[in-house]
Amino acid sequence: MPAEPAAHGAHAARPDEPPAGSAPASAGTEKAAPRRLAQAALRDLPWEIGVAKPDPTVVVDGVTRTFGGLTAVSVDHLEIQRGGITGLIGPNGAGKTTLFNLLTGFDQPDTGTWSFDGRSLGKLSPHQVARLGVVRTFQLTKALSRLTVLQNMLLGAQGQRGESFLRALVPGTWRRQETENTEKAMELLQRFKLDAKSDDFAGILSGGQRKLLEMARALMSDPQVVMLDEPMAGVNPALTQSLLGHVKDLREEGMTVIFVEHDMDVVRDISDWVVVMAAGRIIAEGPPESISQNKAVVDAYLGAHHDAPLTVDDEDRVLAEAEASIAREGHPDQGVISSDRPHPRRTDR
Amino acid sequence: MSDLLNAFAIAGKAFFGFQAIFFALLAVGLNVHFGYTGLLNFGQIAFAMVGGFGIAISVSQWGLPFWVGVLVGILAAVVLALLLGLPTLRLRADYLAIVTIAMSEGLRLVFRSVSATPVTGGTRGLSAFNGDFIALAPWDTQHRYHILGTTWSGGELWVALVGWVLVTLFSLLVWQLMRSPWGRVVKAIREDEDAVRALGKNVYAYKMQALVLGGVIGAFGGMVYAVNTGSAIPDQYQSANTFLAYAALILGGAARVLGPVIGSMILLFILQFADTGLRAMISNGVIPSELLSSTDVAQIRFVLVGIGLMLLLVFRPQGIFGDRREVMLDAR
Amino acid sequence: MTHAPHRARRHGRRTTTGQLLAADRPAPGRSGRRRTGRRPLVLSLLLAAFAIALATLVPGVANAAGESVTGTLQTSRSGPIEGVQVTVETAAGAEVDSAETDADGRFAIDVPGPGEYTVTLNAGDLPDAVQLGTNGDTVTVTVGPGRTQPVLFGLVDGSANSGGGTIRAVQLLVDGLRFGLLIAISAVGLSLIFGTTGLVNFAHGELVTIGAIIAWYVNVRLGVPLIPAAIIAMVGGGVVGALNELGIWRPLRRRGTGLVAALVVSIGLSLVLRYGIQIVYGGSSNPYGDYQSQRAVSYGVFTMTNRSLASIIISIVVLLLVALMLQRTRIGKAMRAVSDNRDLAASSGIDVNRVILFVWVMGGALATLGGVLLGLSDQVQWDMGFRLLLLMFAGVTLGGLGTAYGALVGSVIVGVFVQMSTLVIPDDMKYVGGLFLLIVILVIRPQGILGSRARIG
Ligand SMILES: Nc1ncnc2c1ncn2[C@@H]1O[C@H](COP(=O)(O)OP(=O)(O)O)[C@@H](O)[C@H]1O
Ligand SMILES: [Mg+2]
Repeated sequence: MPAEPAAHGAHAARPDEPPAGSAPASAGTEKAAPRRLAQAALRDLPWEIGVAKPDPTVVVDGVTRTFGGLTAVSVDHLEIQRGGITGLIGPNGAGKTTLFNLLTGFDQPDTGTWSFDGRSLGKLSPHQVARLGVVRTFQLTKALSRLTVLQNMLLGAQGQRGESFLRALVPGTWRRQETENTEKAMELLQRFKLDAKSDDFAGILSGGQRKLLEMARALMSDPQVVMLDEPMAGVNPALTQSLLGHVKDLREEGMTVIFVEHDMDVVRDISDWVVVMAAGRIIAEGPPESISQNKAVVDAYLGAHHDAPLTVDDEDRVLAEAEASIAREGHPDQGVISSDRPHPRRTDR
Repeated sequence: MSDLLNAFAIAGKAFFGFQAIFFALLAVGLNVHFGYTGLLNFGQIAFAMVGGFGIAISVSQWGLPFWVGVLVGILAAVVLALLLGLPTLRLRADYLAIVTIAMSEGLRLVFRSVSATPVTGGTRGLSAFNGDFIALAPWDTQHRYHILGTTWSGGELWVALVGWVLVTLFSLLVWQLMRSPWGRVVKAIREDEDAVRALGKNVYAYKMQALVLGGVIGAFGGMVYAVNTGSAIPDQYQSANTFLAYAALILGGAARVLGPVIGSMILLFILQFADTGLRAMISNGVIPSELLSSTDVAQIRFVLVGIGLMLLLVFRPQGIFGDRREVMLDAR
Repeated sequence: MTHAPHRARRHGRRTTTGQLLAADRPAPGRSGRRRTGRRPLVLSLLLAAFAIALATLVPGVANAAGESVTGTLQTSRSGPIEGVQVTVETAAGAEVDSAETDADGRFAIDVPGPGEYTVTLNAGDLPDAVQLGTNGDTVTVTVGPGRTQPVLFGLVDGSANSGGGTIRAVQLLVDGLRFGLLIAISAVGLSLIFGTTGLVNFAHGELVTIGAIIAWYVNVRLGVPLIPAAIIAMVGGGVVGALNELGIWRPLRRRGTGLVAALVVSIGLSLVLRYGIQIVYGGSSNPYGDYQSQRAVSYGVFTMTNRSLASIIISIVVLLLVALMLQRTRIGKAMRAVSDNRDLAASSGIDVNRVILFVWVMGGALATLGGVLLGLSDQVQWDMGFRLLLLMFAGVTLGGLGTAYGALVGSVIVGVFVQMSTLVIPDDMKYVGGLFLLIVILVIRPQGILGSRARIG
């Protein structure tokens, strides 16, 4: 059910724009249409921070989160276009994961409000957010090791009767639903090429397969907004391509995708809109093409690089590009962001 | 040789006796908590205590019928689980371990305190509350029965029979729950609760349900114990019992329906066998008394349990029934 | 099932030792049994008879002859109490025998065999000034085969709670401070071990016991003065810590044992050590040979024995040294770094295993010292460390697991809170207060006072 209204929303957002405006001539590729719609809707927007989107689904206002003295997130205004793929990039420690945590109720901000489809999410706990149709994946994959792949998938299904304590005792009440969910799960697993593994423990999957499983599991809940935290990290290049395909598929099914990624090629390839964070702030947003020309972005990556080495290899490429463009443009404006280097903080305990 | 046989017979009784039932019920409850849900509850004995005292106080202090006492015991366990769960279920596993053990010790101290004496009987505890139950036995409870070289009183047999019925019922309940979607959510929480939250499950509610369920099962263990011994004394409910129940659970295999049950029987058998055997060997002079006196035997058993617990976790963490592959996946 | 740790009594006992002695002092301005404001220490004079009631779940099977129960009724002011009727009953309620206490306040009653017995005294026979203590008029004991089981009634002499409010509060504050510092010393290692390895070490209490017992053997059996004995014990504690790390935890880390599994292993280790100690040392509690007969010195609003004062000073000096070491020395900085982020520390060239070994040695030695101080105030007992463990956990958790300074702050708070809480709650429930504080703080601040929140995602 969630997929349908989202798709509808994407259309409703721009009734005046002719769907053929940039649609491919080949009529058979009806699947490609939503992508073009979102892209088209975003095409004429100014490349400025906090710009209003034609049909926003997630709206963030004045959200800040500090850890001790460190401001991990400070976002004045951000809108996410419905039915589009929004890439969220930024150096390590920029606050991307923290922003995800805040939006999905896993963390509480110091200030600010944010909403999904006009509904404020501020007071909601993670599971309530998820039930509204906003699901996320985690940067460090959370495959449920000692459950089978199929059980992992089934867990994603919403509204299960057998998940209530009393009804669990009466199998008659949930058997049918379980069978339906299993069918759906197997279909999804097939799409993600995990069907052969369905009875294996998730713990024996490779890193890349876990990422796939986590994404497939999230899709079991028929979400409207999918937030993927570094879905490609640690995934081998062959799998990356298939993962990318899946992410594009999501958009074609009318879902809104927000994803964190470090590989600029990937970002350029699939996103309709890119948001750049550094030191907790949004320092730029715009279509993918605009980003590599953006001076603030270049500074951010360069500044971060000087202070703390980027761990993801892919970023070296971004950096090389950045330095090349600086060389072209002349002197870099240093010291603005570089001082806010990510502090390695105690975590995890 | 006859000593050995004798030790075997006595240990055989322990295999089926009320203590095996007591630990089996504690461990079945812990299996729900720890084995399936991943809640590190080190205060399980407190549930047994409120269960046992639920009956004891209701019957001998308030003069209520025995079965009302059972209800009071269950209710007390539910309330305790809620009180304990409300503040602690949001905590990390290791914090939960500390808080639960603190709670169980705290509760025992309250029960044995002078201020609580009018209700709980203080250090002396309460007695004479099991008459109604024993009277229900379909056979003569005064008579002593000889079964396979062991001697049971009619009352003991009756408690053991009802106890094993309880163990069976709760094992069936756990089995049914764990193959349902409810069990799937609970097991997923054990693996990673944040992932489960992100999938729209109210983790807190599930943990609470699991805590209550396991706590009530543990409370039944306490009731069996109290009814069999005919007395409820706060100092019987030491936290070492919780550790023994953990040993039983891990011995049998956590997250297996029958793991805690078989584990308890074997543990009690080994403990009793070691106990009787050692005593016999000391009195025979097989073990020189300079090395070990019979007063040390009770302690030796705990040393053995400790060593067993360590070796099990290191070399056979899956217990007797578990699947090694599965245990090795445990990321914690 | 196992022992019946008289946790509630322990504390009382500690203060009592001091107070008994204080009462011996000729008190100017004190007439008869009337207390004055200047004697706030003489509060709850519990009977100093020490017993461990081994309440075994599995009653002994073999029969050995000659079991009995025995005890002495006295308080420091009343002296031995004669002519009190004491009755022994079986667990089932059948009377075994009864006897009256003799001129020394002693009673001894033979029982038919090992098992559980309840010992009751006739409260009506007690002198007016003497009242029942925390144990009430009935004590349940388990008599082992062939044992003479001591019974402790813990009588008080009626002066409890009659002190002026503020003065009593000051006295409790000082005593709480001493106790809290002692917990802190014992718990620093617990916290640092958690910080550097993630292990919640349930066997840490046994380090405390081992320390107290080594010192006791060296002091009482070998006749070495207590201070060198304590130093020997600390060396021993360091060695035990190192053996812990090298023999168990390092190999387990190498095997990739999970943290929960490691926690349960530490419980197993704690059982082995605790009951092993009981086999070797026995179930009785014994004082050290030195510094026992000290009198409380008055400091205006409170009184304190010199050894309590020494305990406070030693604790503070040692804790300062620890802080200095963490702050200034290379190894201290490395410890904090490993505690902060192990992988980062390893990748920046710190030999993590060496640091952890050092933490164990230091933690062992400090816990040992804590044990000696505890033995000095409470006497030496086989399960003294286990009883302290929960308070250590409370302190460490309050401060935030894994932070060294958090452990200090938290432990002192716990010590003071536990003592001060007796202003409003009965003495035998003061530990409940401490545990309650733990739960409350965790609800308000799940990460502890100085801890930082776990990161998600
Ligand atoms: N739980 C936490 N406690 C303290 N600091 C944190 C916590 N979570 C994140 N941070 C800090 O907030 C900043 C942003 O982190 P994060 O959102 O993970 O960055 P990104 O995902 O963009 O790499 C980092 O400096 C990080 O160290
Ligand atoms: Mg991140």
